[in-house]
Amino acid sequence: MLNYTFDWSIITSGQYFDWLLAGLITTLKLSAISIVLAFLLGLLIAVMRMAHSKPVRWFALAYLEFFRNTPLLVQIFFWYFGSYKILPVFINDWLNKTGFEFAAAAIALTIYTSAFIAEDIRSGVLSIPKEQMEAARSAGFSYLRSMQYIILPQAVRITIPPLVNQFLNLAKNSSLAMTIGVMEMTYQARQVESYSFKGFEAFTAATVVYLVLSIVITALVNLYNEKVLNVHKAA
Amino acid sequence: MEQLFNISVITDNFTYFMIGRFPHGPLGGVGLTLYLAVASCILSFIGGLILGLLSVSRFPAVRYPALAFINLVRGMPLLMVIFWMYFLLPALFGKIPENNTVILALSLFTSAYMSRIIVAGIDGIPKGQTEAATSTGLKSWQVMYYIILPQALRNMIPSFVNQFVSLIKDTSLAFIVGVSELTHVATQINNRTMAFPTEIFAFIAIIYFILCFAFTTLSRWLEQRLSWSKAI
Repeated sequence: MLNYTFDWSIITSGQYFDWLLAGLITTLKLSAISIVLAFLLGLLIAVMRMAHSKPVRWFALAYLEFFRNTPLLVQIFFWYFGSYKILPVFINDWLNKTGFEFAAAAIALTIYTSAFIAEDIRSGVLSIPKEQMEAARSAGFSYLRSMQYIILPQAVRITIPPLVNQFLNLAKNSSLAMTIGVMEMTYQARQVESYSFKGFEAFTAATVVYLVLSIVITALVNLYNEKVLNVHKAA
Repeated sequence: MEQLFNISVITDNFTYFMIGRFPHGPLGGVGLTLYLAVASCILSFIGGLILGLLSVSRFPAVRYPALAFINLVRGMPLLMVIFWMYFLLPALFGKIPENNTVILALSLFTSAYMSRIIVAGIDGIPKGQTEAATSTGLKSWQVMYYIILPQALRNMIPSFVNQFVSLIKDTSLAFIVGVSELTHVATQINNRTMAFPTEIFAFIAIIYFILCFAFTTLSRWLEQRLSWSKAI
């Protein structure tokens, strides 16, 4: 630290600023795509987890336990380096044409996050009184239709805060995509550091971006809790 | 089909996966993963306890800086914390080994999360306990040390085990700064053999799964046992 001169101008304009901005956009794009897919997949797994059929339930449980108990980094590597042997040829061809790094990162993030989302949705569903399901069934809805029209709309409403937190985790986890060469925020900060030797400035910029993201999102969740769910949380 | 999956790459390198070059060189593989996780777990317990106690302090001048620090760390990706450490520590203290850099980064990061567990545990103890202890004449640190913490820490054990599982998973990020834990060993072997990435990464995923699932199961068992012992 002794012989270090700060030069904040390099990250506020010019080429390095463009890099960091491009990184931010990639981070947001990757997170947005993954969270939508992870929500859909998580919903499916949550419904399977509560299904009547035992094999379906066991499959969902195995899925949850496996993907929650392995590191995301290993899952990213698996999809990036190792998935060509288990994916059909036409998917491989398409992926190679469209830039496999981004797709592999999105697949890994989607599957990893879906396992956490499924548990959030399940605890949301479990908090809906059992009579709702019984009433729906006695009104003639099938199990899936009762879920679709009665249970899930209510459950998703209370699951929104944990889901938004999952989005925040996802945005932070997407930094791991840099290991396979996706040029997201952390990758670009590293890039700026190695080109300019201004690591302090570059990492500060990336840190501030992540912090602003999490402060804004946390504030929105608190607002939602207070206005919509009428939960008053201290501090 | 017999060419599709080749597990000889696993069996040939099995010891390397488990302990690296250990008896003749530095520890690596699963051994190093566990070492990093255990060392960081102990340090982050201490760090989390300190941060947790500071963040419930009566003095705003103590409480707010602690809360700001906790939220700062919780807002950052772990990867960013590792880069900060990797970049700052040598500038401040000269050269330190990568293993220690990673342990410090993991400890710092996990301390922030541990502190939340500890605050939740302290909040979970009924207020009457504090009032009763205070009215017997104990000072506020004595109330915390003799009455609240022993009960709170016991209730937190399952959460600590869960945090340890997260740490095992997080040690995989040490790969980035060249620490030869399990993920790094796997990429090394993958780079050397070239042809078997599916087998190698599926194998280490299973190893991580076995380690983490064992502890997740332990934490669930402890949770049940605790709620049972509370019920009687």
